Amino acid sequence: MTSRLTRRQRRRVSQGIQYAVFVAALILIGFLADWDRLQNQFAQKDLAKELFPDIITIALRNTVVYTMSGFVFGLVLGLIIALMRLSSVAPYRWVASVYIEFFRGLPALLIFIFVGVAVPLAFPGTQIPGGTYGKVALGLGLVAAAYMAETIRAGIQAVPKGQMEAARSLGFSHARAMVSVIIPQALRIVIPPLTNELVLLFKDSSLVLFLGVTLEERELTKFGRDLASQTANSTPILVAGLCYLIVTVPLSLVVRRLEARADKAR
Amino acid sequence: MSRKTETVDSMGTDRPEIEIRGLHKSFGDNEVLRGIDLDIARGEVVCVIGPSGSGKSTLLRCVNLLEEPTSGQVFVGGTEVTDLDVDIDAVRRRIGMVFQQFNLFPHLNVTENLTLPQRRVLRRSKARAAAVARENLVRVGLADKADAYPAQLSGGQQQRVAIARALVMGPEVMLFDEPTSALDPELVGEVLSVMRLLAAEGMTMMVVTHEMSFAREVADRVVFMDGGVIVEHGPAAQVVGDPQHERTRNFLMRILDPASTEAPVEDAGVDVRKPVDGSSEG
Repeated sequence: MTSRLTRRQRRRVSQGIQYAVFVAALILIGFLADWDRLQNQFAQKDLAKELFPDIITIALRNTVVYTMSGFVFGLVLGLIIALMRLSSVAPYRWVASVYIEFFRGLPALLIFIFVGVAVPLAFPGTQIPGGTYGKVALGLGLVAAAYMAETIRAGIQAVPKGQMEAARSLGFSHARAMVSVIIPQALRIVIPPLTNELVLLFKDSSLVLFLGVTLEERELTKFGRDLASQTANSTPILVAGLCYLIVTVPLSLVVRRLEARADKAR
Repeated sequence: MSRKTETVDSMGTDRPEIEIRGLHKSFGDNEVLRGIDLDIARGEVVCVIGPSGSGKSTLLRCVNLLEEPTSGQVFVGGTEVTDLDVDIDAVRRRIGMVFQQFNLFPHLNVTENLTLPQRRVLRRSKARAAAVARENLVRVGLADKADAYPAQLSGGQQQRVAIARALVMGPEVMLFDEPTSALDPELVGEVLSVMRLLAAEGMTMMVVTHEMSFAREVADRVVFMDGGVIVEHGPAAQVVGDPQHERTRNFLMRILDPASTEAPVEDAGVDVRKPVDGSSEG
């Protein structure tokens, strides 16, 4: 024993220092920030009240609709790409790999601009069905599919090999075994990571901002930004942000719960 | 795509239920089966025994083509399983298989495990599938577990459900791949008694097992495999009770006398037990 402090003492000192730094940081922020000005800019009660009910009935609703349509489209496409990735036919695997690397490697914003601007310019007269909703579903879905495909592939591979063997030995064809036995189990495995993907999509739906939408089609970010510039005050942005958190935080908690449960079941 | 090539006599002749001809199987450079010939008659119960790595599970899995043989032929009920033009899904419907790890579908309850293959593969009506499921649950003594999920059952119960799941398809042959090896010792008996029942009903069974007492009591014939070949086969009493080959004797000695199986041979010298003998086969 060369050290003078015991292990217990050393631990106490280390923790004490960490708390001290934390409290010091809080105090510093409290003094440095201009609270009156912040409140003025971000927390005007009257302004906030005026946002309702439109921020919920139009903006939040649209955000949810955009997210869900992108998620559903992405899930279907992602499942197809995952199956292609696992195919025994090599060209399918190549296509799937290229797709995944391509869309994971590009910023979602670029895809949105491409879908919203480049495609209509390049193919005059083509209409993406569903108007703005269709464009959003396409833009979000194309990107989400790349991530979900990798997640689903991992989920399918996580189903024990014996499940496929049992199904095949009962006379299931490979395809039917996939549909009835493997994929239902794989989806169960990937529910937590897919829910994470949903949270990411929920936020990415803000990219609709760059598509040019009508008043009725505005989602939270666009809505908040428009009203912020109309009122020359940032309160709408803060409220829009809170609207995101109302959805994303519970979702994240659900994911954590599901993951804990999956760990326990293992 | 698939064409069913049925050989003429699938009923009532003296053709064996399972015929294995010159079967070879390699995994890469590893030759696991080196020429297997074996016939199993209708209603016969054959136990395949042998040390691990002897190829006995691979042989079983070649019968329903879970493993594709490198060369050789397998016939089940007169249909050549190894024929590339045969509808393998149709053949597999007639061959029930029970796995060491049960492989029940964990996302479905017991009844659903038994009805899903009937509905999807045999296209049976819901009512008929449910009736057949119930019937077979009674057969394995688990009628009261119809609504349980696999995770809620003991290993022995899961394996009995797995047997029932194979039976609902009305198979002509049952393959068992070490059905009791994953079970706690006190649960082995319930599975074996279900298998005994099946044997008594006249089911054709091919059983890879380490249960020597089961082999001796129930099997019509015992096949001893080692190094990818059949070393010895014959009536159970003869192969297990009075083995003719050195390798069979060594294997049986090791499996029947647990003390000598506990330490693998490589752990040289530290054991107090006396060496079994000088042979280094296997």
